[in-house]
Amino acid sequence: MHLLVKNGRVLDPERKVDSIVDILIKDGKIRSIGKGLTADVPQFDAAGLVVAPGFFDIHVHLREPGTEEAETIATGGAAAVAGGFVAVAAMPNTKPSNDGPSVTAYIISEARRSSPALVFPIGAISKGQKGETLAEIGEMVEAGIVGVSDDGKPVMDSRLFRRALEYAQLFNLPVIQHCEDLNLSKGGVMHEGAYSARLGLKGIPSSAEDTMVSRDLILAETTGGKYHVAHLSTRRAVEMVRKAKADGAKVTAEVTPHHFTLTDAAVAEYDTNAKMNPPLRSQDDVDALREGIADGTIDVIASDHAPHHINLKMLEFDRAPFGITGLETAVGLAFTQLRLPLPRLIEMLSSNPQRIMRVTPWGIFEGSDAHLTILDPSRKWKFDVNQSKSKSRNSPFHGWDLTGKAVATIVGGKLVYEDRK
Amino acid sequence: MKRKDLLGIQDLDPQEILDILGTAETLQEISTRPIKKVPTLRGKTVINLFFEASTRTRTSFEIAGKRLSADVVNVTAATSSVSKGETLIDTARTLDAMAADCVVIRHGSSGAPHTIARLTKARVINAGDGAHEHPTQALLDALTIRQRKGRLDGLKVAIIGDITHSRVARSNAHLLTKLGSHVWLCSPPTLMPVGSCDLVTTNREFLHRTYSMEEAVSGADVIMLLRVQFERMDESFFPSTREYFRCYGLTRSKVALAKEDAIIMHPGPMNRGVEIATDVADGPYSVILDQVSAGVAVRMAILFLMLGGQS
Repeated sequence: MHLLVKNGRVLDPERKVDSIVDILIKDGKIRSIGKGLTADVPQFDAAGLVVAPGFFDIHVHLREPGTEEAETIATGGAAAVAGGFVAVAAMPNTKPSNDGPSVTAYIISEARRSSPALVFPIGAISKGQKGETLAEIGEMVEAGIVGVSDDGKPVMDSRLFRRALEYAQLFNLPVIQHCEDLNLSKGGVMHEGAYSARLGLKGIPSSAEDTMVSRDLILAETTGGKYHVAHLSTRRAVEMVRKAKADGAKVTAEVTPHHFTLTDAAVAEYDTNAKMNPPLRSQDDVDALREGIADGTIDVIASDHAPHHINLKMLEFDRAPFGITGLETAVGLAFTQLRLPLPRLIEMLSSNPQRIMRVTPWGIFEGSDAHLTILDPSRKWKFDVNQSKSKSRNSPFHGWDLTGKAVATIVGGKLVYEDRK
Repeated sequence: MKRKDLLGIQDLDPQEILDILGTAETLQEISTRPIKKVPTLRGKTVINLFFEASTRTRTSFEIAGKRLSADVVNVTAATSSVSKGETLIDTARTLDAMAADCVVIRHGSSGAPHTIARLTKARVINAGDGAHEHPTQALLDALTIRQRKGRLDGLKVAIIGDITHSRVARSNAHLLTKLGSHVWLCSPPTLMPVGSCDLVTTNREFLHRTYSMEEAVSGADVIMLLRVQFERMDESFFPSTREYFRCYGLTRSKVALAKEDAIIMHPGPMNRGVEIATDVADGPYSVILDQVSAGVAVRMAILFLMLGGQS
């Protein structure tokens, strides 16, 4: 794959690059970076646009194998590149779950065949995500996983989680936890607070997240393991991560666009597209998440893309499944809601995700794989869920006006998505 | 009635509530006639769609509709599940296709009537959804209180029991505070929902909370008991029914703390010996049967206001 990206503002904060230059891609790799490059290859005019190292969404559910009516590796990959992501990390809660090398190998081979985005599988911590015994982590590493997590089934057994934090160090693998004490959250369907009281819906208290984060941070510090907190949602959890980082623990954390954008008020009309886990929380929690983004406590923006077939989201609120799609709205919401300096945005969507997961880094340097996300920070657009590349339609952001968009995505030198005016 | 549906008391303004109560009072007389029927809603179809067992509320709606000459159809539906195929939405569309004018829905899931209402042309009346609201119960309670006390403003109303799981408590808290009663929610700490201090959105200073039954009933004009909903108790909220009765059961000695002319209410069905002593339930201050007859009048009023104006 050859391509010459002309006249863009090339921005890679990790490599201290910020200038208007051309990038010549040959055979899927960056061959040279400089002004006035010429070559007899296809050109992409990036004048007025920002060329960034390719974005990486480290929390995505692709549903294949097992629930292909909601999403496949092909459609999830298409949604990823349409949202500006060159790569996704796929959570292991497939059917069967990705708890061994054969499922890992299947996901990787199917992604090579059908997905325009790179797909990096995350392996389960425990066999069958049951929280009882360790999965074959080493064999899955050989097959290509980039992290381990039991995803929506948090590891309640403290001893097993300690073992996972210890064992994963052998492979320099992050251990990712969805932090939720399942006893405290049992039966809950939304944030516990004034809205759950009024709506008569069973609450998931903030303490369900906080107690788990607290336990995990202690285990991470004492084991020295590489620990990553998925989708932070509460003020106290942000504060605990901030303190653990100050104390030198190897802890990183992510936030989703819906958690820094919406509050539990969105549930008021029993919209099942406002049902997710962790739940949308209070305005005070949203403020805390934004503080955590601003001061670097939170490292990553990840979508927790969770497609569900419309039949399931049409159920009663307390029976509908948790989760929303997010690959195509994440970048637009990050731009619109956070108004971060561009280098910080790129750090949260590309450099930090690459640093946390066990991947070969890419960026804007000669010899790198040519994975690029091209941004128009002033592009005004409206999200239309009916045009989504995902197989599912469960987004609360349909019809939202957003400013800032990924307008082209390049994976391995190939222009896999383009949305020019 | 201007609004299409009656989904909860929280949405209503005080005048709308007073209009319903006033209409109910004028319709009460019909139920005392030898021939208890007027032709007002002839040709209108009311479907009682009950996903939860109910005798009292369903019968009350059925009688209310029939006294107004509406055709009332009772549907006892199984709770939807994906494995069974039909979702709530399919059910709603089916009923709409049958050209029902009004759907009265009772459902175990909070918000289910809202989903139905969004998708149907028929007017929807919430006859109780999960732990959310039971607006007609609050209206009939208000009618009962007003007829006994002559007013609602300035009264002290104690609502005692399982607040967390009670749609009756929520609807009554909204309605009574809107009309100027002081509502005291009283429950064990484990059954007082987190966030309930912000339960009502208007007249918030009229809502009080306490764990002490003595504080709640002292000087009360109205004592309203809630049924302990064992079927919703999947965890331990209190050690035993015996201990519950000791702390929160209404006995004669507790009644003595209330005003001399206090009335005692219960939405039914009662657990005698759990939330209320039998001698209290059957005592002279009990208006539990008045509530039942007020229920028919209130439901006639709502059906009349929703279906009577149109032709």
